Amino acid sequence: MSPTDPPKDSPPDEDTKARIARQFIAAIPHSRELGMQLEEIGGGVAVISMPYDKRFVGDPRTGVIHGGAVSALMDTCCGAAVISAERTPGVTATLDLRIDYMRPATPGQRITARATCYHVTRTVAFVRAVAFDDDAERPVASATGAFTAGTGEDRRESSEALS
Amino acid sequence: MKQPEPVHLVKERRDTALAKLVGQVPYLGWLGIGFERKGDELTATLKFAEKIVGNPMLPAIHGGVTAAFLEATATIQLAWSMLWDEIESGQVDAAALTPETMPRLPKTIDLTVDYLRSGLPRDAYARARVVRSGRRYASVQVEAWQDNRDRPFAAASGHFLMPRRDD
Repeated sequence: MSPTDPPKDSPPDEDTKARIARQFIAAIPHSRELGMQLEEIGGGVAVISMPYDKRFVGDPRTGVIHGGAVSALMDTCCGAAVISAERTPGVTATLDLRIDYMRPATPGQRITARATCYHVTRTVAFVRAVAFDDDAERPVASATGAFTAGTGEDRRESSEALS
Repeated sequence: MKQPEPVHLVKERRDTALAKLVGQVPYLGWLGIGFERKGDELTATLKFAEKIVGNPMLPAIHGGVTAAFLEATATIQLAWSMLWDEIESGQVDAAALTPETMPRLPKTIDLTVDYLRSGLPRDAYARARVVRSGRRYASVQVEAWQDNRDRPFAAASGHFLMPRRDD
């Protein structure tokens, strides 16, 4: 914590939003199954990591994790970033998500995704995310997506909490 | 004139090849993804289970699982198209296939998923269409549905890097 941070006894709105985002992630069964761990949250930025696990292997000959598990990490991380952003409700649903796979994640290493919600309108939140393994210089994958950000009556009835 | 091959042998060859192709990928089994075959056409099934839930309140299937399901359907469809030609031409003996001799799976370059409606707490199905398959790159479209084939809950299009034959 830097010296300029506000004191804990007067929580800004952002802390409340971060708490909501934490609760939502903790309540997602699939994210728990994948062993996702929230590293950072707040102000429209979320960092979530996932351990290497042999059950999630997509290529038996190389032991590389399946792209689908990386997609789940990216989707969860993007949703968390949306919920933690200013002017968004505590729920969101994915409208679309594009994932680019730059290289296979190194077997045995954790994968960490960082998502930024960079623009919010009355109805839509725009997000991008990057995922790394131990090599922080070369991304494993990147993603861009649009998520619902409606409040009150604007919200789709079928909105999911996170994706 | 050459006798037609007995039907049970044809089915056995194709089902064996498909089972070996799908069975070699741990993640598919873990997530509950299976494939059914009619001729060369594949339909993927995602079994509903608590572990694929994204929103426990509704409940709804996790968007990441939906993306994974569409991607898996696309890659298996591409690999199956290659394998089909090899087993049907007699170039490859399905019964003798091992994880080492199995053709390599295509690598995903990118995947764009449209979320059309919430994934309900029941089984989901998907079919992929190979739009273009060149020697190096392939373009695939996938659609997933639940109760009603005409009301897909998600669709995706993606690009894939095809394995070299000598890989």
